[in-house]
Amino acid sequence: MNLRELTALLDCEVVWGDGLLDLRNVEACFAADLMSDVLAFSEPGALLITGLVSLQSVHAADVADLTGILYVGGKTPAEQVLGLARQRAIPLLMTRKSMFDVCAMLREAGLKAGCKD
Amino acid sequence: MSGEVKDPDVLYVERFRILHNDYEHGGDAAAAIKSILKELGIPQDHIRRLSIANFEAEMNVIMYAEEGEMELQVLADAVRIVLTDRGQGIPDIDLAMTPGYSTATPAMRERGFGAGLGLPNIKKNVDRFEIESAVGVGTTLRYAILLPQTSQTGEA
Repeated sequence: MNLRELTALLDCEVVWGDGLLDLRNVEACFAADLMSDVLAFSEPGALLITGLVSLQSVHAADVADLTGILYVGGKTPAEQVLGLARQRAIPLLMTRKSMFDVCAMLREAGLKAGCKD
Repeated sequence: MSGEVKDPDVLYVERFRILHNDYEHGGDAAAAIKSILKELGIPQDHIRRLSIANFEAEMNVIMYAEEGEMELQVLADAVRIVLTDRGQGIPDIDLAMTPGYSTATPAMRERGFGAGLGLPNIKKNVDRFEIESAVGVGTTLRYAILLPQTSQTGEA
């Protein structure tokens, strides 16, 4: 599915990157609050699902070539984080749903784990 | 930030300063290097591996050292990084290289770091890796990714 469809499925707010949502397809996701894990184990092209709204979430997504970030649990990143996402062209979504529910729903919708050994 | 090229094999050099506790800019050096390598036409998978290593290494300086300098050296057949920091150093490198071993503080963990994967993950992502450290002086990391022979990185 593309990020637009994912936004509808999970009732997301688009924090930044509305213009990119139709263009970005997601087949796999990586869920973690530890950026160390993202850097060590994520696969390129995955969607990052996280509760960590720091600048480092955007840097981690950028260096690991992830397709976008979905912030869970209703956490909204600060303006500075949006600025960096804009610079790096990384769409940011936010949902009030929990990490658990988000992962379950995306798995149900056919997405896979974007995780290396 | 560009410096003089001393080694004749080095086609391009750039240096980035990294400061302790400067979380606000943590990732800027890795991002800048990523942009440079993209412009040079380095293959995407190589850029990704090096960028991950650079971000880990940059965060290590921010979290554990006083200050550091990351030097990018682009050669015809490799991209090298030399990261020298001034700081506490690493008393036991083997221990620091053990996945899961960490001396991170709660502040570091709040930012999503400190899982004890930093140095092992740098090593995992690069083709050459060396580390030297002196307690109370600092640490030097040297690592590189080797480029496929078909890539165009400039004149050899």
